[in-house]
Amino acid sequence: MPWDRNQMAARAAEELEDGMYVNLGIGIPTLVANYVGDKDITLQSENGMLGMGPFPYEGEEDPDLINAGKQTITELSRTAYFDSATSFAMIRGGKIAAAILGAMEVDEKGDLANWMIPGKLVKGMGGAMDLVAGVGRVIVVMDHTNKHGESKVLKECTLPLTGKGVVDRIITNLGVLDVVEGGLRIVELAEGVSEDEMRAATEATIVG
Amino acid sequence: MKKVYANAAEALDGVLTDGMLIAAGGFGLCGIPELLLAAIRDSGVKDLSFASNNAGVDDFGIGILLQTKQVKKMISSYVGENAEFMRQYLSGELELEFNPQGTLAERMRAGGAGIPGFYTKTGVGTVIAEGKEHKDFNGETYILEEGIFADLAIVKAWKADDTGNLVFRKTARNFNVPAATCGKICVAEVEEIVPRGSLDPDKIHLPGIYVHRIIQGDHEKRIEQRTTRKKEDA
Repeated sequence: MPWDRNQMAARAAEELEDGMYVNLGIGIPTLVANYVGDKDITLQSENGMLGMGPFPYEGEEDPDLINAGKQTITELSRTAYFDSATSFAMIRGGKIAAAILGAMEVDEKGDLANWMIPGKLVKGMGGAMDLVAGVGRVIVVMDHTNKHGESKVLKECTLPLTGKGVVDRIITNLGVLDVVEGGLRIVELAEGVSEDEMRAATEATIVG
Repeated sequence: MKKVYANAAEALDGVLTDGMLIAAGGFGLCGIPELLLAAIRDSGVKDLSFASNNAGVDDFGIGILLQTKQVKKMISSYVGENAEFMRQYLSGELELEFNPQGTLAERMRAGGAGIPGFYTKTGVGTVIAEGKEHKDFNGETYILEEGIFADLAIVKAWKADDTGNLVFRKTARNFNVPAATCGKICVAEVEEIVPRGSLDPDKIHLPGIYVHRIIQGDHEKRIEQRTTRKKEDA
């Protein structure tokens, strides 16, 4: 059985180490926060906050306290607030250990596309280009194929890029792949997924 | 040095001109200068360019200036919440320059700090890098981005004293600080103007040197995505 959304998030949470400052993207990456367990992880929200807490209780929403997805959230005892220039200075300056992001396409050179489909509604890249260029490690979490069954793990991205050669690790419903010299290396298969199935669903070159 | 004005219209008197570039604070609808935006709409000034992370929603924030077609160009990182924006953009009525969010913040910060350009890795190898100078430093490629020097900055803070020292609240600080610094003139709207001496000098987020005009007013502070959890989930 391939992993479901929560299993992918749980697997991504294993990438995080005690003491890390981490930025989580929207979608499955947001779920990663539910699986960090006892690890001391500080979540960054790029609109200007370290130490992001959970959603507020009903009636306790504060319009001055939102995350990068514009959702109401809460602060923690460790929270620090700062302005957007400072926020991206810490991102660009390599202070954020890892970003876990969703993707539309990833390729064997570590190129990432997750912000734009030409001809469709263009919303903007937000902070994604800054994050992938700046943070220590970029981990992509996404379904291995699109709704037509076509691979999203490609030899070369077809969509406009968010970053070139930026992805370190790809976690999909089928398993875990690393971007290495010459292509992708299978790190792990989801329970019940065979290497043949993984290879069949992957357009990118698999090495090793 | 009189910085306190009675209302938004008076605070903007004499500073608005057609075709000007305005840097606006806020992230989504959080910490946006809603009173100043309404006064800009009412003034009828047109062909405006805005450097602002977002474009508001249809009926709030910069969205109200899109409805009246007073905006010619947006410099933004994300505009996904605004249908009227999309309509005007796709029909060619509105010019859009996408900036990565951190590049936009740094362009404002740089402009305010007198820095005309800086090199960043953000956007290298993407459409953002097209036409920009590339330069290698220590084996890595960077692109040149230019500082933003705005004609006017409009920002929203929580508290101010009458000298323009500003204090923000939680994540409503966001783009307000870099935007304020990059304007030739900065007008700030706040929830409360407090007596001089009552703000802790060690806890000023933006010194009054950057702020030229201040108004106090009631803010709607609309929430874009109300997300909650139930008590029993705890």
